[in-house]
Amino acid sequence: MGDKLIYLDHAATTFVKPEVVETMLPYFTHKFGNASSIYTIGRESKKAVEEARDKVAMALGAQSREIFFTGSGTEADNWAIKGVAYANKAKGNHIITTAIEHPAVLNTCQYLESEGFEVTYLPVDENGLVTPEQVAEAIKPNTILVTIMFANNEIGTIQPISEIGRVTKEKGVYLHVDAVQAVGNVPINVVDMNIDLLSLSGHKFYGPKGVGALYIRKGVKVTSFIHGGHQERGRRASTENVPAIVGLGKAIELATKNLEEYNRKLLTLREKTIEEITKRIPFVKLNGDRHKRLPGNINFSFEYIEGESLLLMLDMKGIAASSGSACTSGSLDPSHVLLAIGLPHEIAHGSLRITFGEENTQEDVDYLLDSLVTIVERLREMSPLYENVKRGNQNV
Amino acid sequence: MYSDKVMDHFMNPRNVGEIENADGVGQVGNAKCGDIMKMYLKIENDVIVDAKFKTFGCGAAVATSSMATELVVGKTVEEALNITNKAVADALDGLPPAKMHCSNLAEEAITAAIEDYKRRNGLLDEKDECTACSRRCDDVHHHHMEEEE
Ligand SMILES: Cc1ncc(COP(=O)(O)O)c(C=O)c1O
Repeated sequence: MGDKLIYLDHAATTFVKPEVVETMLPYFTHKFGNASSIYTIGRESKKAVEEARDKVAMALGAQSREIFFTGSGTEADNWAIKGVAYANKAKGNHIITTAIEHPAVLNTCQYLESEGFEVTYLPVDENGLVTPEQVAEAIKPNTILVTIMFANNEIGTIQPISEIGRVTKEKGVYLHVDAVQAVGNVPINVVDMNIDLLSLSGHKFYGPKGVGALYIRKGVKVTSFIHGGHQERGRRASTENVPAIVGLGKAIELATKNLEEYNRKLLTLREKTIEEITKRIPFVKLNGDRHKRLPGNINFSFEYIEGESLLLMLDMKGIAASSGSACTSGSLDPSHVLLAIGLPHEIAHGSLRITFGEENTQEDVDYLLDSLVTIVERLREMSPLYENVKRGNQNV
Repeated sequence: MYSDKVMDHFMNPRNVGEIENADGVGQVGNAKCGDIMKMYLKIENDVIVDAKFKTFGCGAAVATSSMATELVVGKTVEEALNITNKAVADALDGLPPAKMHCSNLAEEAITAAIEDYKRRNGLLDEKDECTACSRRCDDVHHHHMEEEE
């Protein structure tokens, strides 16, 4: 393997921008004070945390008091869902979600089922979309929460959150949105969209890992998640991870400022790649909605080959990407998202996810395309499933 | 996760392809589970003189197929039938636990190809028939999950 690295897996995580690292650094060394301490370096830390909170609030159209820092996107999802469930038990025990959520949401819902809550998993259409009508129909008198992801991490599909927000508002049910993949890629305004709770995570928009935030609209009833000291107004105890919080604040500020330009850049790379793959490689299928998708997301199934083999061969060429095959998911089944959009197992096994980001260029796309053409051809030559296809073609 | 030997056999698989007029052909696995192996054998005087394979599957599936073809060539039919999945995995300096079922497929592919050879030559006992018939994913996978424990 050479030194070449073409990183095409920004949905997994991103690098931290140098400006972000720079703003974080002092809080590891000379500005190390505990944000709860009353002396000067303590107050400096407190101020830095509050400034970061303002930046997150600004990016979402929220008030600063509605933003709570967490240890990750997963934690924010757990807090939102369990917190609403426990705090609103008297009102009902029914939760609505979708079949294509991230495990942070799905497994939390499954856990709540074991605790006696009732969960409806809405099916999605072949592009991965749910409709506001589906949500409206699923709401019952005992429904307390609808939790739907803004954008899907595998196939990039963007849900009609504003329309769903109108439904939940009208029916008086809380709406939680896992926006971990959307923040920094899609404009979000929690007020306009009637979102009651929203999760985000620093490492998906060029901030640090291990820090996230939960927006909780003022007045929403949620139990505290981590019990302890008075940090985060007593709702999420433990000494603040000041450098990480500062980094997340800086990263979300930059992401919001550059949103349009970033979007345009990713869209150009995405469109060219989709077009060229479709043109140059036979027997492929684009997974996810053609237009309602994250600007940097591409997910293709390549028939007659298996995803892990594809990833390993791309890796040998210095390309880092991802797949929904069983071999990469660590289970017997391919990705639950690909199965939910109706792909047969054998097609789901051959999926490839490419997610572009900040540092990618047109040259990266050209290199990826040339590599893909060769690798797919090579793996198909090796595949017993492809023999019949080739024979079939010759007979035509 | 994969040993250097697995990666070598994955990136430079030995004996990929088909044998025209093969004496035995066996296919195991299924596309739903994500792996299929097809093995072709050329057999002369009860000795395997050539082996080729085609595989749809992950890195381990390709590497075990490649290794299995290397192991059978030069062996008698009975010797080849005694090659275990462990022998294939060991020859690759081991496989990650979650991938042991791939070595199983390799063992089954050898058996299936030899059974085909025997069937064509009237050497097959009724009772032996179909020991390596395609199973369902769960059989192959779970069976070996248990073995690991
Ligand atoms: C949609 C979605 N939700 C939640 C998470 C979890 O975030 P974190 O890695 O910060 O726990 C991820 C990231 O993998 C994600 O893509």
